[in-house]
Amino acid sequence: MGSRSFLSRLREGDEIARMITFLFAASVVLITLLLVLELWQGSVLPRHKFGFNFFRTSVWDPIFEQFGALPFIYGTLVTAGVSLLIAVPLGIGAAIFLAELAPARVSDTLEFFIDLLAAVPSVIYGLLGVFIVVPLMRQYLQPALKHSLGFLPFFQGPAYGVGFLTAGIVLAIMVIPYIISVSREVLLSVPRDQREAALALGSTRWEATWKVVVPFARTGIFGSIFLALARALGETMAVTMVIGNTPTISASLFSPGYSIAAVIANEFTEATGDLYLQSLIELGLVLFILTFILNGLARLLIVATSQKGSGMGHA
Amino acid sequence: MKRIIGTCLVVLVLAGVLWADTLSINGAGATFPYPMYSKWFDEYHKQNTNLQINYQSIGSGGGIKQLTEGTVDFGASDLPMNDDQLKAYQDKHSIGILHFPTVLGAVVPTYNIAGVDSALNFTPEALAGIFLGKITKWNDPAIAGPNKGIKLPAEDIVVVHRAEASGTTFIWTDYLSKISDEWKTNVGAGPAPKWPVGLGGKGNEGVTGTIKNTPNSIGYVELIYAESNKIPYGSVKNAAGVFVKPSLAAVSAAAAGAAKAMPDDFRVSITNAPGKESYPISSFTWLLIPEKFSDASKRDALKGFLKWALADGQNYAEGLSYAKLPKEVVAKEVKAIGKIQ
Repeated sequence: MGSRSFLSRLREGDEIARMITFLFAASVVLITLLLVLELWQGSVLPRHKFGFNFFRTSVWDPIFEQFGALPFIYGTLVTAGVSLLIAVPLGIGAAIFLAELAPARVSDTLEFFIDLLAAVPSVIYGLLGVFIVVPLMRQYLQPALKHSLGFLPFFQGPAYGVGFLTAGIVLAIMVIPYIISVSREVLLSVPRDQREAALALGSTRWEATWKVVVPFARTGIFGSIFLALARALGETMAVTMVIGNTPTISASLFSPGYSIAAVIANEFTEATGDLYLQSLIELGLVLFILTFILNGLARLLIVATSQKGSGMGHA
Repeated sequence: MKRIIGTCLVVLVLAGVLWADTLSINGAGATFPYPMYSKWFDEYHKQNTNLQINYQSIGSGGGIKQLTEGTVDFGASDLPMNDDQLKAYQDKHSIGILHFPTVLGAVVPTYNIAGVDSALNFTPEALAGIFLGKITKWNDPAIAGPNKGIKLPAEDIVVVHRAEASGTTFIWTDYLSKISDEWKTNVGAGPAPKWPVGLGGKGNEGVTGTIKNTPNSIGYVELIYAESNKIPYGSVKNAAGVFVKPSLAAVSAAAAGAAKAMPDDFRVSITNAPGKESYPISSFTWLLIPEKFSDASKRDALKGFLKWALADGQNYAEGLSYAKLPKEVVAKEVKAIGKIQ
């Protein structure tokens, strides 16, 4: 390889293929950088006027031009957190069943439906949320939670139906297909020898699955969770329809809230005045940074856990 | 083969000639009058086939922005441009913007109270108190006082407002600012204020959906929307002290009441208008047109359209649940068309 000249490689097409695919790969980086640059340049006014107070204050008042992002950051993190708390155990459990325990025909049929769910537009989930989840929450789930766990600060206050918890549940329904689909593929791709070696050593089928196959596929499963997290952080339409759209910070999950993506979508078209518009753009930058930090932490988590010899740690 | 090519060429040339003959004018802005405008542009196009007016309903703020950027020929807005916005346009294009009221709309209080089917009467004090979070129970004397004979429950009021910025919210908060000093200093008038209380629903549908789903709630929607969806809505006490049920006639009456004091630039708020028959939460919606056009054919076409919209165009308004402009305003606007150069 190395001994061939650049020209001969160019003639044979290797170099051309390399350059073209490099351009494609580089365009991803370029788009990301342009995005950051655009968001940075577009948010000059609020960065100068509010500085770090933008992240610390919770007043969002377009009329008197005071802008603070804290309730939106809080809402975004809380709804994404609630959704993962629900979706991760459900999704991974379903993926283990489909990959390890279910007959191939059942697994493939269900996979078809899961892929279908992943392709449903988010506004449909939002409508389901408004017409089905919200009334159910108000009439049954929230009173039940208040009655049983009402001593916890998370389940207090009036039950409107909309709010952090409802948004988290709708998001969970939306991200579960991602977790199941990716985790199932990863579990299926664990080499047969791993499983057979565990069985040969006398473990039960569940022990082989839980102690050998799942740890082996750990990195891929984490990957599916991060994909779900990214989707939950950026989801706009479904969230804005069920979160209540009120910038509040409250420990109670029954309280109405607001998320970054939702406020941008709601206010961007009618934002008059440079400071207002640029504050919304700065919110976009905040969402970008938030996703960046969480992704970075996720990478660290993978590095930290894959040292114990996960088969896919190098992938 | 040659014949086919020849035919194709002729068709292409003809298409080119026709294309060149069609003048197209682009506008963008408010969503509230969009059904009215699209009907107008369509009807006007039928009468003047060589003129095509395109309109994108991207919201009032977006319309003002695109107009200032110079990407559209005219804008449309549910709230008049403020002095800063006018100055920004003047600085950029060194000409002014003219406002032309086209039709009127109204915003009505709508509610869901178990066991209450009749239309409620609201005083300005009650509406401001509810939306400020000061009045929290339905059986508060401020609400119960003008509703004798209706049994109001001792339940908490759930306030519902628009989540996204909208002209409807501007009209609502503009009214509250006029009738309540506390609202004016603490909240103010705007398309997306900092709400003291309440839940946000997205769009008219979101607000009505939340109200239907939430017992003991109150919100506000456009009159057109409440009428076409058969939603219960209340009467509001106007500046003359009369409880007026929202209707197209009551909205036109508010415009007529305000017409006497109409400023020359038409930038006027008619909420809390004088007159016994006026519904107090009404507003014009405006077309925003530059004073000068470099393209004379566009200028003449737009002037022709405006004249038509103020005369024949008004007849389409009530069929689509918009209130017509009062005659006095139309006469004043027809004069103002002459200012477009």
